[in-house]
Amino acid sequence: MEKVIDVQSLRKDFKSHSSRSGLKGAFRDLFTRNYKVISAVKDISFTVNEGEMVGYIGENGAGKSTSIKMLTGILTPTSGTVRVNGMDPHKEREKFVRSIGVVFGQRSQLWWDIAVQESFRLLKKVYNVPDDVYNEHMNHVIESLDIGPLLDKPVRKLSLGQRMRCELAAALLHNPKLLFLDEPTIGLDVLVKLKIRNFLKEINEKYKTTILLTTHDLTDIEALCDRVVMLDEGQIIYDGELAKLRSNWGEGKQIEFQFGEQVSGEQLQPLLKELEAEWTKGDRDNVWIANVINEEHVISEVIGRVVAANRITDIKIHEISTEEIIRNIYEEGMLNG
Amino acid sequence: MGKYLEMIRVRFLMMLAYRTNYYSGILIYSINIGAYYFLWNAIYGGKGEIEGLSVIQMTTYVAVAWMARAFYFNNIDREIAQEIKEGKVAVEFIRPYHYLLMKTMQGLGEGIFRLSFFSIPGMIIVSLIFPIEFSAAFSTWMFFMVAIILSFIVNTQINLLTGVMTFFFFNNDGLIRAKRVVIDLFSGLLLPISFYPGWAQNVMDFLPFQAISYIPSMIFTEGFTGSAVWEAILFQLVWAVILILPIQALWVIAKKRLIVQGG
Repeated sequence: MEKVIDVQSLRKDFKSHSSRSGLKGAFRDLFTRNYKVISAVKDISFTVNEGEMVGYIGENGAGKSTSIKMLTGILTPTSGTVRVNGMDPHKEREKFVRSIGVVFGQRSQLWWDIAVQESFRLLKKVYNVPDDVYNEHMNHVIESLDIGPLLDKPVRKLSLGQRMRCELAAALLHNPKLLFLDEPTIGLDVLVKLKIRNFLKEINEKYKTTILLTTHDLTDIEALCDRVVMLDEGQIIYDGELAKLRSNWGEGKQIEFQFGEQVSGEQLQPLLKELEAEWTKGDRDNVWIANVINEEHVISEVIGRVVAANRITDIKIHEISTEEIIRNIYEEGMLNG
Repeated sequence: MGKYLEMIRVRFLMMLAYRTNYYSGILIYSINIGAYYFLWNAIYGGKGEIEGLSVIQMTTYVAVAWMARAFYFNNIDREIAQEIKEGKVAVEFIRPYHYLLMKTMQGLGEGIFRLSFFSIPGMIIVSLIFPIEFSAAFSTWMFFMVAIILSFIVNTQINLLTGVMTFFFFNNDGLIRAKRVVIDLFSGLLLPISFYPGWAQNVMDFLPFQAISYIPSMIFTEGFTGSAVWEAILFQLVWAVILILPIQALWVIAKKRLIVQGG
């Protein structure tokens, strides 16, 4: 398998000055300043193979954007090596950027005042895409993303969802081997999200495009990525399959009972005797949640006993969501398994 | 090269998208030319000529200086500063082109737009209202063309220099404003350089500003003749080459220390 991204002990330090307090401090700041070195990314290493779709996740300030900016050649690393598509992103910038596509969800790369198709036309020239290749590829992209009717409108008149689909089309105009998506679905509605996800899957299958996706919306990751790389405070704390993350961390299940009458904790407690389960009180009246381990006989035993002893109006079984798993991991700080 | 030409076209389209700016520009420039015309008429009074320029030459100088300004003037320093402040410059770095060259092309697109829809029609209107002398000599027109292209280059280079400094100061509105005043004053737009005291003229010989407005206007009004024209164009050319050095140096340093603001 060909390595598309190869990162070895990559590090980025920022020098930032801290202001002294008060008027006197402000005067002193005019002459000398206090500098503090902050490491945004601390010696991370990972590789991505061709055709992979990798979810790159982390809290705000974990170092995601900084590392993506180093991978795309926008920022220079303080130390460490980066090889993307077999090139050094910073040293061979002009050649390198022809081989990647980037979507920044928070900033537009289309020209604000002109029609979308004019932006496309300019990008076609910028990337030197021949007419026949452009027509074949882009007609397909335009059709799948359903942006045909938007092409003659200026970007400033598009809605967020419309603009985002156009941004994606613009990033794929030169059919790059590698696509960086930095929060591409931020603020989009479910339908647009689905459309974008399906499109990304299709592109990945058709062209074997490698995709690196950062997002705070874990449903995107669940829908698209087999592998996740998780960052915390500039370090990688998990790199592996999403399914494994779930099986290691999402062990338990929650059974939520809505009782028909007032019940108390003491009443319920004996029902879970000798079982690996415990009660927590729900948000609403008469709602209790049994946290149980994920084993068939325990689950059916708990339900059986509770239903036999009480009147139940509703019952729900929740699996622990990826979001909760990830929250747990961050709260515990480190992944031990 | 195709991409740079395409950028000129796109900028042309953008100018068309904001037509109000265009109309208000015409108004502002006509007021300026009118005001300077009456001012200079009052200064000349009955005098035949001052510092080698006649009243008619002076009127022509003012009109040409403003019309040439429409061509060489652009706001790319402000645009670069804004793109850096908003972090948009990140997007420019993932494009396979030279950012500063692309900005220059945008300035050129703007300049060509103003020259064709603004300066030329404006000049015709102004020549109907005020007594202006057009040279009959073909060579004067050719030299003038070369001179305004060079004045565009020098002015744009100074703008790029001011713009790129945003990488180091993060907020350089003051510098941009100061630069604008300096250029209007020292380029010969408001007052021909020959009207300055001798020592100031000597100082300005070592600065690039007169390449922007004074030289093309003097060529057009035939205030420069013979070898003076060649020397003036050489002066512009030398500055156009010299200014590449600090821009490129600052750009290389800026790229290394680039911090994308706003996430």
